[in-house]
Amino acid sequence: MSDTNPTQRKQEAVEAPDDSLHPKLKRLFRLQWEPAQNAHVLLYPEGMVKLNQSASEILLRCDGTRDIPALVADLEQAFNATGLGDDVRAFIAGARARGWLE
Amino acid sequence: MTDLSEPIAKPEHEDATVAPPLWLLAELTYRCPLHCVFCYNPVNYADHTRELDTDQWIDVLRQARALGAAQLGFSGGEPLLRDDLETLVGEARKLGFYTNLITSGIGLTEKRISALQDAGLDHIQLSFQDSSQELNDFLSSTKTFDYKKRVANLIKAHGFPMVLNCVLHRYNLPHIGRIIDMALAMGAEYLELANTQYYGWAHKNRAQLMPTKEQLDEAEAVVERYRGEIGDRCKIFFVVPDYYERRPKRCMNGWGSVFLGIAPDGAALPCHTARSLPGLTFPNVTDMSIKDIWYESDAFNRFRGFGWMKEPCRSCDEKAIDMGGCRCQAYLLTQDPANADPVCDKSPHHERVIEVVRAASARQEPQEQPIVFRNDANSKRIAAEASGSGSKEGEDKP
Repeated sequence: MSDTNPTQRKQEAVEAPDDSLHPKLKRLFRLQWEPAQNAHVLLYPEGMVKLNQSASEILLRCDGTRDIPALVADLEQAFNATGLGDDVRAFIAGARARGWLE
Repeated sequence: MTDLSEPIAKPEHEDATVAPPLWLLAELTYRCPLHCVFCYNPVNYADHTRELDTDQWIDVLRQARALGAAQLGFSGGEPLLRDDLETLVGEARKLGFYTNLITSGIGLTEKRISALQDAGLDHIQLSFQDSSQELNDFLSSTKTFDYKKRVANLIKAHGFPMVLNCVLHRYNLPHIGRIIDMALAMGAEYLELANTQYYGWAHKNRAQLMPTKEQLDEAEAVVERYRGEIGDRCKIFFVVPDYYERRPKRCMNGWGSVFLGIAPDGAALPCHTARSLPGLTFPNVTDMSIKDIWYESDAFNRFRGFGWMKEPCRSCDEKAIDMGGCRCQAYLLTQDPANADPVCDKSPHHERVIEVVRAASARQEPQEQPIVFRNDANSKRIAAEASGSGSKEGEDKP
C-alpha cells in the first residue's frame, strides 16, 4: 500500500495505544473489498485509501469487540505467527492519529 | 495536407494501461434554488435543460461501479430538486458506492433526510456562503441563511458526520474566524474552506471575487491559530487559491485518471468544468457505454498522460507531479487548453495570472462591473452574447 500505511510513518511521534482500548472504525469510514483494485479500501467523505493486506486484516478486526491483546492474539492465530504485537500497536497508533478509529 | 481519414494517433500514456475511474460525480440537475456568484457550473447551463431520467441514472451507476468507481457524489445544481434522489442513493448504496450528497440544504426536510438515511446515504456536505445572514443571502441571492442553520441541526440530529463547506473570496475572507466559530457551534467534524476556483460563474465575477495577498495571509494565519486551539474536534481543510501559487495544482489528479463526471444531460466530463473547452465533443452516456467513454473516447484520451504536452511541460522534470495543471485554466487564460497552466511560473503566459493578482491588490473595494448572479436570465444572456460575438464562453480576451 506504499505511502498509505501508517506503520511506515515512523517519523510521526504517536503514543502507543493503551491495551484496554477497543479500537473501532469511526462511523464516517467504511472498509470494503474492491475487486477492481484487488484490495480492501477505506472509504470516507470524498476520499479513499487503498490498504495492503496487513492493514486491512488489522482494520477488519477493529470493530470495538476486542482490546489490543485480543486483537493481536486473533491475528497471530489467523496467520499462524508470533510477535505481531509491536507492529499492530504501531499501526493502531498511526490509524488513530489519522482519525480513522474511535 | 494531413489525410483526415487517418486515425489520430493515441497519446502516449503514463502507463500502457489506463486505470479505472474511482470517483463518479453525478450532477443530477443544473436547476438550483441558489444563484451563487462563484458557481462552477457552465455559464450557459440554461442551454442544457435536458436531464437523464431515473433509469438512465441507475444504468450509469451500475456501469461505473462495474468499472471500479467507489466514491459517488450527488451534486448539481441542487440534487435535492430531483425527487428520485432517494431511489438513486438506495441503488448506489446497494451497488457498494460510498455515497456523498453535496447540497445547499435547500429542500432537505425531516422526511427526506430520514428517507435518505434509510436508503443508506453515507455523508452530507452542506454549503454555507458566509457566517453572516447578510452576506450568505447576498452571495446566493436568496434568503436561505436561517434555513441552512436548521438543516445543519437536522443533519446533526440524524447522526450524520457534519461536513461544512464554505467557498472563500474577497467578501468573506475577513470573516474566516467567525465562519470557523459557526462550524464549531454547529458541531461540524469537518470544515472545508475552499478558496474560489475561477471557472464558470466565478470566472465571470473574478474581478469582484479575487482576494488580495494580505487577505489570504491573514486568513491562513487565523486558520492555523484555530487548528492549534481546537485539536481533533474539527478538521479544517484550507484550499489555497491557485492564482497565488507558482506551480499549478494536479488538477483532477490528471485528466482521465480517476474522475468521471456526468452532467445532467448525460455528457461525460473528465472534470467539472471541461464543458467550457472548445474542440472537444463530450460523449453522452445515452450514446456510448461508460467503458468506451472512459477508455476509448477522444475526449477522455485527449489530455491523458504526457503525449499531448507542449513546452515548457513536455521537457519539464516536474510534469509527473502536476500533470501540466488545469486544462480549463490553460484555455481560459491562454486560449489553448494544451498549454501549460499559466499558474506555473515557467509558463510564458504566467504574466496573465500576475496581472489579475496585481489588479486585485490595487483595488480597495470591488466595483467596476456589477456582480453577475447565476440565474437562468443571465445564463441565456451570456450564451446569446457568446454566440453573437463568436467567442467562446467565459474566455478571457487576449
